[in-house]
Amino acid sequence: MSKFGGSNNKKDVPGISSGSLSDIVFMLLFFFMVTTQLRETENKVIVKLPQATEVAKLERKDLSPYINIGTPIRSLQGMYGTDARIQLNDSFKTIDDIRDFIAAERDAMSEADRSYMTVGLRVDQDVRMGIVSDVKQELRRCSALKIMYSARKPAE
Amino acid sequence: MGKKKTPGINSSSTADIAFLLLCYFLMTTTMGDQAGLHRRLPPIPDKEQKAQDQKVNRRNIIIVRINSADRLFAGNEALDVSLLKDKIKEFIANPTDDPNLPEKEMKEIEGLGMYPVSKGVISLQNDRGTSYQAYISVQNELVKAVNELRDEFSMQRYGKKFDFLDEDKQDIVKKAIPQNISEAEPKDVGGKKK
Repeated sequence: MSKFGGSNNKKDVPGISSGSLSDIVFMLLFFFMVTTQLRETENKVIVKLPQATEVAKLERKDLSPYINIGTPIRSLQGMYGTDARIQLNDSFKTIDDIRDFIAAERDAMSEADRSYMTVGLRVDQDVRMGIVSDVKQELRRCSALKIMYSARKPAE
Repeated sequence: MGKKKTPGINSSSTADIAFLLLCYFLMTTTMGDQAGLHRRLPPIPDKEQKAQDQKVNRRNIIIVRINSADRLFAGNEALDVSLLKDKIKEFIANPTDDPNLPEKEMKEIEGLGMYPVSKGVISLQNDRGTSYQAYISVQNELVKAVNELRDEFSMQRYGKKFDFLDEDKQDIVKKAIPQNISEAEPKDVGGKKK
């Protein structure tokens, strides 16, 4: 391995072995693979989560559909304006679509898991509560009663 | 084995390959933000239930209201968010048995025996114009008040903080100090800017 220095080296300085470099990068890779999760949908709204100190972790990540509420991203503002909108899966939806969304999510779960479904509300911190209240009322009507207000822990 | 010397495979490019993989994962994943404040919404009330709700004693309920300018109003006074926690703690614990604060009901808790459980309910009301950040910080203070009370209770009984207790004991503590936060039916309090 120390031979790749070339033949024009006059002094016999051994080259730095780069064999372990890949190991280091692999370690970085594993770190990121463990701490992150795949982004399943593309964000179409800007969501800056509000801060809260008393957050609790979600036990079952796979059992939580997400409802995103926020201002459309910059490139879509020309089309949709800057008012807060609801994003379900990959597109903008209205309050009335939540019912179908929840029903579809329920169907995708196994019978036993349905009662554990927790709807995550990922809402931008500058959104007014009116739209959030509407969503909550609609969720109550669909009897999806377990919800979670997503929040981030403030940096200490 | 062989007598011919095979040249070693050049491994310097594995780092590049790993870097490519790393970049791929950096682009397609997000950091976990799977944490938040858990809440249970009340079911849609029937007509009969509504009549029952009104029977809740005045002293057992504290109304926390946030108006459209994010000002906080708890009980009968305006106050800052930072003071809300102590007010809620006093409201739930009611250490002096103040007749204006919620009454306690002796309840049999499995594994603990009789314990006076507070009947206090925190009712949270908000305006349609309240900002979400303000709403969450108030929610956060309410949860913090309950969590601190549970911690104090756990320290007293078991000498440990709530988080370090085992599941059975956590359930006992949860029963002794319930988290009764009711998110009221949205009311149009837009005009109310007292």
